[in-house]
Amino acid sequence: MKSRKPSIPYIIWMVVFTMIPIVMIAFTAFTDKDGNFSLEPFTKAFFYTDVFTKSLWIAFISTVICLLLAYPLAYFITKMKKSTQNTVIMLLMIPMWMNFLLRIYAWVTILQQNGPLDKALSILGIHGTYYGNSSAVILGMVYEFLPFMVLPIYTVMSKIDSSLIEAAQDLGSNNFAVFKKVIFPLSIPGVISGITLVFVPSASTFLVAQYLGGTDDIMIGDIIDKIFWTDQNTGSAISLILMVFIFVFLIIMNFFGDEEAIA
Amino acid sequence: MEQAAKKSIVSLKDIFVRFDGEVILNHINLDIHEKEFLTILGPSGCGKTTTLRIIGGFVEPESGDVIFDGKRINGTPPNKRNVNTVFQRYSLFPHLNVYDNVAFGLKLKKLPKNEIKEKVTKMLATVDLKGYEKRNIAKLSGGQQQRVAIARALVCDPDIILLDEPLGALDLKLRKCMQLELKEIQQKTEKTFIYVTHDQEEALTMSDRVVVMNNGVIEQIGTPEDIYNEPVNAFVADFIGEANILNGTMIDDCRISILGKELECVDKGFGKNTPVDVVIRPEDIEITAPKDGQLVGTVEKLTFKGVHYEISVRCGKCEILIHSTKSAEIGSVIGMRIIPFNIQIMNKLLPFYDNVIETCVTYANEEENYFEFELEGETVKVDGKYFPQDTKVKITLPPEALSLAGDGIGHLKDLYIESVVYKGEHNEIILESDDRKWLMLSDTDEQVATYVPLAFDFSKAKFEVIDTLKEG
Amino acid sequence: MKNSKFKNGIVSKIYIAVIMLFLYTPIAVLIFYSFNEGKSTVWQGFSLKWYEELFEDDRIMSALWNTISIAVLASIFATILGTAAAIGISNYRGKKRLLIQNISNIPIISPDIVMGVSLMLLFSSLGVLFNFEMGYVTVLIAHICFCVPFVVLSVIPRIRRMDPSIYDAALDLGCNQWQAFYKVVIHELMPGIFSGLLMSFTYSLDDFIISYFTRGAKFQNLSIEIYSMTHRRISPKINALSALLFLAVLIIMIIINLRDRHEEKVRAEKT
Repeated sequence: MKSRKPSIPYIIWMVVFTMIPIVMIAFTAFTDKDGNFSLEPFTKAFFYTDVFTKSLWIAFISTVICLLLAYPLAYFITKMKKSTQNTVIMLLMIPMWMNFLLRIYAWVTILQQNGPLDKALSILGIHGTYYGNSSAVILGMVYEFLPFMVLPIYTVMSKIDSSLIEAAQDLGSNNFAVFKKVIFPLSIPGVISGITLVFVPSASTFLVAQYLGGTDDIMIGDIIDKIFWTDQNTGSAISLILMVFIFVFLIIMNFFGDEEAIA
Repeated sequence: MEQAAKKSIVSLKDIFVRFDGEVILNHINLDIHEKEFLTILGPSGCGKTTTLRIIGGFVEPESGDVIFDGKRINGTPPNKRNVNTVFQRYSLFPHLNVYDNVAFGLKLKKLPKNEIKEKVTKMLATVDLKGYEKRNIAKLSGGQQQRVAIARALVCDPDIILLDEPLGALDLKLRKCMQLELKEIQQKTEKTFIYVTHDQEEALTMSDRVVVMNNGVIEQIGTPEDIYNEPVNAFVADFIGEANILNGTMIDDCRISILGKELECVDKGFGKNTPVDVVIRPEDIEITAPKDGQLVGTVEKLTFKGVHYEISVRCGKCEILIHSTKSAEIGSVIGMRIIPFNIQIMNKLLPFYDNVIETCVTYANEEENYFEFELEGETVKVDGKYFPQDTKVKITLPPEALSLAGDGIGHLKDLYIESVVYKGEHNEIILESDDRKWLMLSDTDEQVATYVPLAFDFSKAKFEVIDTLKEG
Repeated sequence: MKNSKFKNGIVSKIYIAVIMLFLYTPIAVLIFYSFNEGKSTVWQGFSLKWYEELFEDDRIMSALWNTISIAVLASIFATILGTAAAIGISNYRGKKRLLIQNISNIPIISPDIVMGVSLMLLFSSLGVLFNFEMGYVTVLIAHICFCVPFVVLSVIPRIRRMDPSIYDAALDLGCNQWQAFYKVVIHELMPGIFSGLLMSFTYSLDDFIISYFTRGAKFQNLSIEIYSMTHRRISPKINALSALLFLAVLIIMIIINLRDRHEEKVRAEKT
């Protein structure tokens, strides 16, 4: 218990399976097919600037929607009885544990032509396919990652000492003032951590856009997937750019929130 | 008495411990006798717990020997030492019930089941926990948990029981009660108890002998009476009980000057006109009429303490504390008498009064009238004074030229507060930096064993050129 | 006052209900169609034939076996590696500790796809060097990679909260280091170890991206099988599979929840 030795296997493990792969990505990104130093992978990577910005934009919108939906939800849950709280949280987590592909596939089923939504709307005389556009991609993202936003906010909110709220009420604050002065500032770390947990995977995920998006709704993750099988150098360059971008984003978020909440 | 006949069971010889470059125990020597109740007393951070952990085998000294029954046991792990510990926060195993906690050590020794049962039952009876066998640890009160911890250590039949502030977490009443119980258990079981505490009253009530520690060294070892009546220095006097500690001058053998008065005392051998510390216990001062007093002062404060009055008397610039069954009126002038036997003379904690720095000017600017020198790796700038570069100077800083600075300012950072002694007028604070000790005066009380930054006021300093050295 | 509280209650209940509807409708739709006789989304009558076909599909069954066995092996291995690591790491101080923990967190914070392709690069070059092909073992190693950090993260706070002298007490009473660990310390860390194990298990079950990149040519697990099936967008066997998976998740969650409640009850009784 007082020794550092037990961490040695894991440190070796990390060197082999975390550090070396990253070094390999970086190395591959700066070489051409023959293994010579080259910046060509990066020039090629810049063809995809539009995809990159679109990915970030979709991730951004999804994160905002998740936040707007999750914040009131988390707040309402903390107001419930403790046992009800646990049940609601459990209900939130169950879909998260279903296979990721099945969740997306379910939306394809719903949104497709002659699917349930189409049929429901056909009563009103509207027909159509409801996937194959950016909105459907965002819907899929929100569905995938909403629980990741709710859980950290809820965790932070439920830890707010109820005596703090009572103290604020005691000092004459009304409900809104209590929220503004006590609950909101104290929930910020949860929000920060929620934003991180939603933004990072939605900016980098692949398949969601392939399933639900149209032909031009391709995201950076899909590009990496496509390119990597044929051109590892460019694929590595894009991966490297994505990773650096994510790390910078995390550092900025870390700067706003406290470290514990994100970790 | 029979002290000489006592066999020592553990001896610490020249123990030196350092953590992260910081000296925790500075060459301490300690003999612990068989069957005694020994208390190690000191402020937090003085090294008392480390001393205990060395005996327990949890800390290995950097140098020095731990001798157990005549054998050197450095490097022997805790599980191979016949010593058991009662931890500060009890450290009972939460996943086991009372019985299994107590039986834990015996099961490891692979004793037969019925023997374990017999021993545990007997031990639980000894600590007054009969019938608690199946109880969950978390369901016990602090005092009961404490007793389980003691039983768990005692049942292993060790030669020595180590107790690390075991009563610290209990409330006052329960603590008093447990003090007596512990002493009783010790006498009943005839084990050697080594007890660590920062509570001087606890130490005086329970112990056969007390070891007073401060800043990694042993200040004094003795019976509670010795420690109280004849403290070796101002630190011990201040730490044990209440005391008036005054600056005095030993004029000659048996003659002492305090507060401008010459008094008779019984101590000899300090030399002539030597500065010393003087301790007078508040209960040793007799109140008399002003004309009969050796000292005269004005009553400033009077508090009734039940058995006695606590009277604060202003005597010149000094404040003197008296415990007396007689009352005195606030504002009245009274006389005070102390019999020679009750004046305890001690060597000063530091061999100097003024802080002297001998250094060499590293940079000087005549135009702007300042110079700089190096002190323990920091560059110190002295404004309003100029000496050419490479001049050797002696800077004398009286204690009042030192002050504690805020974080990030000050000339030296992270000085260790070794002791704070109230001398009736100011607190005398002894600080330790990397290379030396410093004396300063302060009117605020500072926390010992903490780290503070120190600032110098060079306008109060005296400068002397030792040598205008031109190198080479 | 009372009135507004009542109103708040209604609003929050409706809100939560709407979110739940959003979360569960897709799953309900899948389950609904799993009982459909026909292949398309047109209802042609109740039938269990997709379930039958599912169980007769050897590919799916072997993929299921791979998924489960990898999840079991990866989570157990990751728990052992991660618990040991957490103990070691908590004995580091300052910058060194921060460095190790940050490196350890890389698999959690870096995008799955980047982790997937980087491991693929590693395995393919190692494969060339040592002459092996990617498959079951490489997927297992990749899964362990992203599981260990979760174990480390859930065990470290437990170590921090543990009274360190509990370990000393065990030594003091005669345990050697190893005995002190399995007789005392592990009981203190158990909740953290268990939640690390559980997280590892579920993340491993759920993973698609990392398996997809490290699987080589032949290996199939459930995610990959679903991927190849949904890509063709045909078989309603998928629906049947979804329904069964949902049922499994539901049962596991209920068991965990009951266990938690039981533990809370025990804890409440203790204090």
